[in-house]
Amino acid sequence: MSNRRHGLIGVFLAGLLMAGPVAHAAPPAKAPDTKPDPAKADPVANIAYLALTQKRVLPLSFLDQPPDDDGVQGARLALADNTTTGRFIHQAYHLEEALEPDADAVVAAFKRLVAQGYRAFVTDVPADLLLRLADLAEAKDATLLDATTTDDALRGDKCRRNVLHLLPSRAMLADALMQYLAVKNWRDILLVAGPNPEDKLYADALRKSARKFRLKIVADKPWTYDPGARRTDTGHYAIGAEVARFTQGLKYDVLVVADEGDNFGDELGYRATDPRPVAGTQGLVPAAWARPFEQWGATQLQARFLKQTGRWMTERDYGAWMAVRALGEAATRGGSVEGAAMTAYLRKPEFELAAFKGARLSFRGWDGQLRQPVLLADARSLVSVSPQPGFLHETSELDTLGTDQPETTCHPS
Amino acid sequence: MPPKLMMKATLTVVALLSATPALAERLLVSNEKDNTITVVDAGSLAVIKTVKVGARPRGITLSKDGKALYICTSDADHIEVLDLASLTVTRTLPSGPDPELFTLSPDGKTLYVSNENDNMVSVLDITSGRIATEIPVGVEPEGMGISPDGKILVNTSETTSMAHFIDTQTHAVLANVLVGSRPRVAQWTKDGSLVWVSAEVGGTVSIIDAAQRKVIQTIRFEIPGVPKESIQPVGIQLTADGNTAFVALGPANRVAVIDTHSYQVKKYLLVGQRVWNLAFSGDGKRLYTTNGVSNDLSVIDVDALKVVKSVPVGRLPWGVVVAP
Repeated sequence: MSNRRHGLIGVFLAGLLMAGPVAHAAPPAKAPDTKPDPAKADPVANIAYLALTQKRVLPLSFLDQPPDDDGVQGARLALADNTTTGRFIHQAYHLEEALEPDADAVVAAFKRLVAQGYRAFVTDVPADLLLRLADLAEAKDATLLDATTTDDALRGDKCRRNVLHLLPSRAMLADALMQYLAVKNWRDILLVAGPNPEDKLYADALRKSARKFRLKIVADKPWTYDPGARRTDTGHYAIGAEVARFTQGLKYDVLVVADEGDNFGDELGYRATDPRPVAGTQGLVPAAWARPFEQWGATQLQARFLKQTGRWMTERDYGAWMAVRALGEAATRGGSVEGAAMTAYLRKPEFELAAFKGARLSFRGWDGQLRQPVLLADARSLVSVSPQPGFLHETSELDTLGTDQPETTCHPS
Repeated sequence: MPPKLMMKATLTVVALLSATPALAERLLVSNEKDNTITVVDAGSLAVIKTVKVGARPRGITLSKDGKALYICTSDADHIEVLDLASLTVTRTLPSGPDPELFTLSPDGKTLYVSNENDNMVSVLDITSGRIATEIPVGVEPEGMGISPDGKILVNTSETTSMAHFIDTQTHAVLANVLVGSRPRVAQWTKDGSLVWVSAEVGGTVSIIDAAQRKVIQTIRFEIPGVPKESIQPVGIQLTADGNTAFVALGPANRVAVIDTHSYQVKKYLLVGQRVWNLAFSGDGKRLYTTNGVSNDLSVIDVDALKVVKSVPVGRLPWGVVVAP
């Protein structure tokens, strides 16, 4: 493993030092087993990783501080995986990392990389910046693999031809949870939505999904309470009393919370008037990736990531891992490392990605969303995986999650 | 086996089953979750003993003399040797990290072990108990199959999605054949001409010509009423006459019966949940399957192509081996 880590650093340094897409990858950590012709270097698949480095706010719990390198570490691990595969078929990979402090710098980096010949971009940028990039004249022949957003608008009204989405949309997350609640027959929901714009989008997705699966939102309440100093010695009294008051007199099976920023959701459990489970952004959480997840060989990916970084893989890391692996799969199966050829292969019907979910994942033709199972997990255990048995679909059961073709509002001009 | 048990087994077999296996045969099942090996009497299909072994036993294989069982105890990062007379673990062998599967050389002297976390195949000399060398392969090495003459080793790597052909003398990788996503088991035909490779996520079985090292046929599966995502081929067994192949299809809960001449699926046999690996009885009349979710073993009558019985074993049964 230490060998591979050195190899990675080598590739990274090479990327920093060279002006354009590199012609040669750094030598692999181990000598290749098949003997390549030394006169002929392996062709290189050039992938750009473009991120807006945002200082993220501390979550409610100090136990899980957001790492400052999530996202890009997933891309680096996928690069190592691709490189191992590539050396058997004489394909090399280079990941050019552009981690920029503001939106204008991201745009400038994008233009520079396009001019250098890059066509495959893995992005970790917010929705508005993603649209700004996608609409640039320079982006006409590029493909942006959005590794970190969940916005439904980017897959709907605001969708773009040159963007693919790796992580499940909010609609998919909501459907994954609602299918499970339907199977459990927990049909009456108390919906609690936080004040931030993302919370409202998450709550909208939950409302839509509840209608779709015929679950009833018996009360739909905004959360406005700010307890102030939680860390004072009596902080827990105030929040306990508030949650009890907030839930008093309501009859429901499950409290579903929309709090994407982790500002209050963890404080709803155990404090309500009636004993009811919490699900949504806290409690039982629908997600693309979760720490307790070990099925379908996921143990191996968790272990490799832990070894590389010394921390757990986040959803953003997983999104970036899938994006770079998808390009690797395209190069391997399509037989070409050219940016345009790789990104074209991603959209072909024969494209499939194995991403430790026990299913083959592929991009939906109508909105560029990667179809995939969604995990349902709490902090310490995997509870279930959606789609739930019994939710049928004529082409793929994975398409019971999120926006299906007949409902899509994605009609790019 | 104690004489008393043997008697009982004999009587039960005669009474219950028409396709009678060799009398003294025992089935050995690795239970990934329980950290045990279940020993089942093949005649009575009764559990004789449950043996505690190291953490996460997965791949298992018999020694050449049939007196011992080698066990990949994946989370214990070594191989354990279970003495089949005393049913106790008598020896531990090194394996490299996270051993998942292995294959024994035809002379019985070498184990080739896939190290799932390390992108390596370890070559273990059993007599000295030392790892002779390590061969770098693709990401997450898994399936291991050795040619009948022992000259070529095929290893599959799950994330790389390749079957690597390795020369067992020089340890050089001779060819890398791209197969379906997440390849699992590599099974040679008896004449050494073909290698069958299952792809769990791809949902296919690739037939590779061993001389050309090219895929000559890809088998796909379609089962009415079963979502295609559930069809995940893993275990493969070929009958002694080479005419029929059995492929375990994971959460589709079925074993496909394939005509090896036409590569057509003749039948799907409904077995337990998440069927994983397969083994024939010594006489080839029965096929045993491990079913990881229903925690049992299905018994298939090979001539009748019928599932005749299921036997509860430990939790998450993974591999099965028939010992004489």
